[in-house]
Amino acid sequence: MAAEDMKTYDVIIVGGGPAGLSAALYASRSKLSTLVLEKAKPGGQAGTTEWLENYPGFPGGVKGPELMEHFAAQAREFGAEIIKDDVASVDFSGEKKLVCTAGGGQYSASAVILCPGAEPRTLGLPGERELRGKGVSYCATCDGDFFTDLDIVVIGNGDAAVEEAMYLTRFAESVTMIVVHDEGILDATAVIRDRAFKNPKMKWVWNSVVDEIRGDGIVESVIIRNLKTNERTELETNGVFVFVGTVPNTQFLSGAVEMDKRGYIIANEQMETSVDGVYCAGDARVKYLRQVITAAADGAIAAVAAEKYIHEEEGFREMVLAPASPVMVCFWSPTSQESLDFMPAVERIAEARAGSLNLVKIDIYKNQRIAGRYEISAAPSILFFNKGQVCERVQWPTTEEELTLVADRVISGK
Amino acid sequence: MVQVDKVNFEEEVLQAKGPVLVDFWSTKCEPCMALLPDVEALEAKYGDQIKFCKLNVLENRRLAISQKVLGLPTICIYKDGEKVAELTKDDATAANIEAMIKEQIQ
Ligand SMILES: Cc1cc2nc3c(=O)[nH]c(=O)nc-3n(C[C@H](O)[C@H](O)[C@H](O)COP(=O)(O)OP(=O)(O)OC[C@H]3O[C@@H](n4cnc5c(N)ncnc54)[C@H](O)[C@@H]3O)c2cc1C
Repeated sequence: MAAEDMKTYDVIIVGGGPAGLSAALYASRSKLSTLVLEKAKPGGQAGTTEWLENYPGFPGGVKGPELMEHFAAQAREFGAEIIKDDVASVDFSGEKKLVCTAGGGQYSASAVILCPGAEPRTLGLPGERELRGKGVSYCATCDGDFFTDLDIVVIGNGDAAVEEAMYLTRFAESVTMIVVHDEGILDATAVIRDRAFKNPKMKWVWNSVVDEIRGDGIVESVIIRNLKTNERTELETNGVFVFVGTVPNTQFLSGAVEMDKRGYIIANEQMETSVDGVYCAGDARVKYLRQVITAAADGAIAAVAAEKYIHEEEGFREMVLAPASPVMVCFWSPTSQESLDFMPAVERIAEARAGSLNLVKIDIYKNQRIAGRYEISAAPSILFFNKGQVCERVQWPTTEEELTLVADRVISGK
Repeated sequence: MVQVDKVNFEEEVLQAKGPVLVDFWSTKCEPCMALLPDVEALEAKYGDQIKFCKLNVLENRRLAISQKVLGLPTICIYKDGEKVAELTKDDATAANIEAMIKEQIQ
């Protein structure tokens, strides 16, 4: 591919939900050129949630789409660019990370933050796929209106399922929840459960699952099976809403970063994935709580970590890898007395050879990634670089005399 | 795009000569709002070969259900009063819609 077709940024963010937009705000505000690639409308799952009651700062709640528009506007305010396209593949093998889109776009960046979030899990029931958009739905705000004065069934009983069911009672004549548990037991938290039990439009079928969704062109009924008696009954309904959790949108990565068995990306406290310079934030990550506030927090952390990474790598490239003359790198640590004691000797050697040998000092505690890349585990350690390559390595213990000999050997190029 | 509703659907869509694309949408449907610019871009490209209409389901719910549309976004193509092709939900992407149009205008 021709180099001019490739657009280059400091940071590319995949996904413009709460995590991606927060990362974009932090990255662009710290003056990094920032691109968000979002396949749909910015806002993610939160953008299709009618009402958020638990995002701090909004007593009485806030509309999901409205909050997400603010997220996007604030990111744009600091210069983040948001492009509508679907990321189809990535290549993280080189120093520059490459991202390709379904629309044919080719982008490269020093760091990538993955925020693809999650999408509703489907059940794979007979009729489910065929009747999608024909009465089977996974999004109450998208489709709720259709069911004004009609009867619907909701599958699932967690917080999101019960809240969405309650939202649907604004339109529907009745909302019947099919619950696997014994009577009165829901996975939803107590506050939400109690509110739902008081809602006269909510009906409950306990100890049961839906086996099949039936209908000719549009949903007409569901087959419900009682788990205790194994009895199957047909219930007439106009719609079936499925809220049974989510699956991460990570297939496009084809295993480019480490994931768990279910496809969630593994990242540490700094949101670093298994690949240097690649970060993950939000619902797509292995984590304890998947909410807007934790997605936003992840995004902020990932952007700050990415910024630090970019500056460290840039600094290292400029100071150590790029210079035409040899560079002596002294890896030190404030906690290693030997490295502090030996530093004056290192400085004397460099000063005496100013112009033909540059000295760079690297704190191995603050720059663990770079230290790790050159397999430096103890301080002091001294590496000599010539035109980007390591040409000599001096391990501790050493002496000023030995280091002098090595330095002169590197300079003479023998 | 031609705005269609329960009053003019028969005339503008079912009685029309040649293929007609109908975008079923609503102001409350975020994915529909995201898709709309793409559909408009397709109209600029194919508008001379196929008629583009949009139907806001909020005021025309019964009409939508009569067309067996119960979820958004849904994009249908009609010919001679019959629905001949349809894309809904995740399948209703710009690329898929363009492919569907091409197939129907040959
Ligand atoms: C029904 C429901 C109700 C909820 N209610 C609440 C609530 O009341 N309070 C709360 O705090 N949380 C709530 N949540 C959870 C909250 O919405 C999520 O935790 C949050 O949206 C996660 O943000 P995210 O940015 O990680 O991912 P998402 O919001 O999933 O955003 C990911 C974005 O990435 C895009 N994307 C994915 N793959 C690609 C790709 N390959 N290329 C380009 N773009 C891509 C998607 O289009 C999407 O816009 C609810 C969730 C649901 C489903």
